[in-house]
Amino acid sequence: MSALDVAAAVRSGSRSARDVVEEHLDAIAAREPEIHAFNLVLADEARAAADAVDAAVAAGRDPGPLAGVPVALKDNLCTRGIPTTCSSRILDGWRPPYDATVVERVVAAGGIPIGKTNLDEFAMGSSTENSAFGPTRNPLDTSRVPGGSSGGSAAAVAAGFAPVGLGSDTGGSIRQPAALCGVVGVKPTYGRVSRYGLIAFASSLDQIGPFACTVADAALLLETIWGHDPADSTSIPTAAGSVLPDLETGVEGLRIGVVEELTDAQGVDAEVVAAVERAAGALEQAGAKVERVSVPSAVYGLSAYYLIAPAEASSNLARYDGVRYGLRVDAADVTTMMARTRDAGFGAEVKRRIMLGTYALSAGYYDAYYGQAQKVRTLIIRDFARAYERFDALIGPTAPTTAFPLGAKTDNPLLMYLNDVCTIPSNLAGHPAMSVPFGEGADGLPIGVQVLTDALAEPLMFRVARAIEIAAER
Amino acid sequence: MTRITRTDVEHVARLARLALTDDEIERFTGQLEVILEHAADVSSLDTEGVPPTAHPLPLLNVLRPDTARPGLPREEVLAMAPEAEDGRFRVPRILGEAP
Repeated sequence: MSALDVAAAVRSGSRSARDVVEEHLDAIAAREPEIHAFNLVLADEARAAADAVDAAVAAGRDPGPLAGVPVALKDNLCTRGIPTTCSSRILDGWRPPYDATVVERVVAAGGIPIGKTNLDEFAMGSSTENSAFGPTRNPLDTSRVPGGSSGGSAAAVAAGFAPVGLGSDTGGSIRQPAALCGVVGVKPTYGRVSRYGLIAFASSLDQIGPFACTVADAALLLETIWGHDPADSTSIPTAAGSVLPDLETGVEGLRIGVVEELTDAQGVDAEVVAAVERAAGALEQAGAKVERVSVPSAVYGLSAYYLIAPAEASSNLARYDGVRYGLRVDAADVTTMMARTRDAGFGAEVKRRIMLGTYALSAGYYDAYYGQAQKVRTLIIRDFARAYERFDALIGPTAPTTAFPLGAKTDNPLLMYLNDVCTIPSNLAGHPAMSVPFGEGADGLPIGVQVLTDALAEPLMFRVARAIEIAAER
Repeated sequence: MTRITRTDVEHVARLARLALTDDEIERFTGQLEVILEHAADVSSLDTEGVPPTAHPLPLLNVLRPDTARPGLPREEVLAMAPEAEDGRFRVPRILGEAP
C-alpha cells in the first residue's frame, strides 16, 4: 500500500493508523534480523503516535497529509530524547535535546517515525558497511550491499518496513542506495529542505530527501518536509510550492539531454548505460526531444568532491572531542583525552576523511587542493548552466553498477568512492537530482536512472521521473 | 606529485587530534597518497580567473531578528555530557595547571 493510499485511508477513517503500524512492525519482525536496516526500531513510540492519529480522526480532526504513514528516519537526523548515533561509537549514549526540523514536519503532518536507520558512519560511504553497528544487507539479495550512505532507509523502504523514508545526500547518499535497492530516491535543490538537526557531514553539500516505492510517494514526503526554516541560514526563503499537481503532465515537448560524461564515466557498466538509453527512448516515445549533451567539467567532479567534502567534514567533526556529548576516553590532560577519544570513537573511513580534509586545508596545500576544488565547482556550475540553455532536464546513470557483494570494495577506498561518480556533480552544483528504478542487470538486480534539473526545478524533475516510472511499468 | 610521508601523516594527525596507532599511520600514509594522486587532475587544472564557489546558493548575509528566545534546557544538555559539575562541562587538566 502506497503512502498516499495509507494517508487517504487513515484520514477517511476506513483504516486505523494503529493497524498500519502493526502491519509494518510485523514486516520488520519477520525480516529485520537478516537485513539490519535499523539501529533502533521505535515500536512503542510508533504505536503511541498511531493511537494519537486515530484519536484525532475519531474527534473529527485531520491529522495531515502523512496521516498514519510510517517513516524510516536515517540515524543522523536528531530525534529528541531518542538515541541518534550516526552509526558511530563517538555518539555513544547521546540523546539529542531537540528534533530536526524534518522530523517535526513529518510528525506535524501525521507521519509516524518507525525507526532510526543504519548508515555509513557520519554518512561517509557508499555501502552502509562503514557502520559501527554492522552492515545493512540488500533486501533483494542479502549477499549484496544496499548502497549508502543512507542504505538503512533504502533497505527499509525496499523491504516494506516503511512506505517512505528520509535520508541525506552529500555526494549521492540517497540516490545511489535508491538505485541499488530498486526504489525512488530524491536529492532536492540545496537549501530546499532545512538541515537543522541533520548532523553535519559537508555543510555546503548535505541535503535531506525522501525515499519511496513510487515517484508520487516521494513527492508527497518532499512536499511535507521542504520550505523555509529560519533555523537554517542556508534555507531558501521563497515558497517551495508543490510537485504532485503536475506529476501526470507528461514530457511532451520537453528537451531532455543524456549527459555523456555520466554515461562514459569510469566504471559504469554497459548494462547500466543500456538502461539509460532505453529510458531515453521511452521519453522520446512519450513526446520529449532527446539528444546527447556534454557537461565537460563533470569529469573533475569526483576529485573535487573528495577534497571539498573531507575538508568540510574535518571541520564539522572537530566538535566530537569528548567534552559535550557521547564517548570520552579519560586521560590526564585535555589534549590527550580528545585525541584518544577521537581515535577510539571514529571508524577507519571517518578517520581517513578527517585526515584527508585536514591535509587539504593545511598550510601550504590549501590553494592546490581545497581552493582549486572550489574553482572546479564554479566550472561545473557554468557547464550545467550552458546545458540548461538547451535542455529542460538531463538524464544519466545513478550508480555505475547494480548492488555489489558485501566486502567487494572495502579494502580499496578509491574504488568505493567511484560509486558516486555520477551523483556528485549535482551536489557540487547544488541542483536537484533523483533516481528512478528502470530495468535490471544480468544479475536480476535493479538499475536506477537519474534525472537532473536546474536549481528549484523539482516539479519538472518529478514529471520526467514519473514518465520513466510509467515506461518501466510496461 | 606530492609524496606523503609518515611524518606528514603524524603532523596531520596531531592537527586533527587523532591519536593514531602505528598501524593506522602506516595505512593512511599509502592511502592518502593514492587518493591525492587521483585529485591531481584537479590540482593541475588551469583555473586562472575562475572564482571559487564556497556555497551553491546566492544567499548572503542571512540575518534573523535579534530577539531573545529560550535556548536548549541546560540540565538536559549537561545530562548528555561525559562529565558535568556545577552547571558546566567538566574536562581534564588544561595546559600545565596543577590537577
